[in-house]
Amino acid sequence: MSKRTKIMNAIQYVVLIILSLISVFPFFWMIIAATNKSVDVTKGVLTPGTYFLENLKHLMESDLQYFNAFKNSVIIAVVTTTLAMIVSSAAGYAFEVYKNKTRDRIFNLALLSMMVPFAALIVPLFRLFSKFNSIPVLKYIGLNTSGAVIITAIATAFLIFFFRQNTKTFPKELVEASRIDGLGEFGIFTRIYMPTMKSSYAAAIVVTFMTSWNNYLWPLIALQSEEKRTLPLVISAMGSSYTPDYGMMMTAVVIATLPTAILFFIMQKQFVAGMTGSVKG
Amino acid sequence: MKEKNIYGKLDRMSWLFIIPSLVLLIAFVFYPMVQAFITSFQTGVANNLQFDGIANYKRLLTDSTFKKALFNTVLYLVVQVPIMILLALAISSMLNNKKLKFRGLFRTAIFLPCVTSLVAYSIIFKSLFANDGFVNAMLMNLNLISEPINWLTSTGFARLLIIMAITWRWTGYNMIFYLSGLQSIDDSIYEAADIDGATGLQKFRYMTIPLLKPIILFTTINSTIGTLQLFDEPMNITQGGPANTTITISQYIYNLLFKYQPNFGYAAAVSFVIVLLIVVLSFIQLKVGDKE
Repeated sequence: MSKRTKIMNAIQYVVLIILSLISVFPFFWMIIAATNKSVDVTKGVLTPGTYFLENLKHLMESDLQYFNAFKNSVIIAVVTTTLAMIVSSAAGYAFEVYKNKTRDRIFNLALLSMMVPFAALIVPLFRLFSKFNSIPVLKYIGLNTSGAVIITAIATAFLIFFFRQNTKTFPKELVEASRIDGLGEFGIFTRIYMPTMKSSYAAAIVVTFMTSWNNYLWPLIALQSEEKRTLPLVISAMGSSYTPDYGMMMTAVVIATLPTAILFFIMQKQFVAGMTGSVKG
Repeated sequence: MKEKNIYGKLDRMSWLFIIPSLVLLIAFVFYPMVQAFITSFQTGVANNLQFDGIANYKRLLTDSTFKKALFNTVLYLVVQVPIMILLALAISSMLNNKKLKFRGLFRTAIFLPCVTSLVAYSIIFKSLFANDGFVNAMLMNLNLISEPINWLTSTGFARLLIIMAITWRWTGYNMIFYLSGLQSIDDSIYEAADIDGATGLQKFRYMTIPLLKPIILFTTINSTIGTLQLFDEPMNITQGGPANTTITISQYIYNLLFKYQPNFGYAAAVSFVIVLLIVVLSFIQLKVGDKE
């Protein structure tokens, strides 16, 4: 190796190490802060403390209803992900398996909704959902209900597109063979397609759960009452206080980040596949 | 005849799979979109709305807060997106080197910010950069500054902070797209370039970038759409302050609805500025991408 390439190589490692440290440092600091007293955090300590349980106690005793928000977030994320997997994957599947011109056109139209900025929907959605509150049945998805957050996230252009792309790798002969065996169209979907496409579903589940868990703008508008709030809303409220208790705040952030972090470390492959919208192999 | 029956039945069945999604998309995306467009031509307080022509759009031209929001959103776009994309490209081409040790470790570390929620990382950054936060404490301990920097309350630093925060959160995300693109490029063309004596920088400029062009185009459009809708970060790091100098368009819409006297018509008009920007910029990017 020439001297020049050696130097270039060394620079590469230095750059990558610095960038990795910058990427990881806020996580490291968040854990440090969650285990220390707020006063020590502001002094810039960088060693893990023993104050975590104390911070947790403060968090539980505060009037933020943090664990109620945790419960709300879990319910919303689980229900959204379950329904989205059924509804959006069915559409993606049908657009590919029963392909024809009409359905292709409708699919392209559905894709257009990816370009619609959510900011443009805030005004009409807020007004629409506030009307729901006085209508029987629909009041369960009116403002200040978990239903309002769930119902808007079940069918997304991204998921429909994702499942349609992945269905291209699903052998069509299986559909034909199952029909000859006398299986109905729904049976083919639930008993043949779903088990065959496990890895696509895994990736879609990871990304849908994560999007729901982290959703902020629509819940902020739809869930104004305290006992309905989700984790991002409570954390955001903590952050805007004038005298923040850093220890308690970072304890809240650590607990809220834990589910998605765990999901990432046990399902890294599906996580990346879901985010980039492609499952290979 | 029987054949036709089967296809007729399949055709009817197929709609049962599609209709639930279609109904939801129409109800919660397309119908509201049309509604927003209509509302943007109405004025009045709360639900007492009357048609008033293009009054709302005229008001945009003289609204100084809107101009600030537009300026900031465009500023974040033109400064942050190119930096992030170049950085992501540079990192991914370094990580694509098969001889590199600890590749997986570097990749995981740089991708890690993607697991945080936008609110959570905003709060972490706000705490790190608070007046009595870690960054100021460090800089003062190192005697680099004598007074704490007002990261959150001085315009220039606050904007810089938001740009740094977004770059931290999204560089790894874009890097993953480039890495998967690079993996599909045959190594032999790089080996051929090596034999011809191309330097690393030349390979990056004349091979990596042209080969990744479709992916770069995709991520640029993606980031543009994302940045134009920027909300969570300024809302949670600076609250749009000081004096609305870091506010974005999405945040201004939120303020118009919930902070001031609710003004649905004007908020809808402001939101259509984002729609227009997305359509125009995506179109330009597609055209430029096609030409080269």
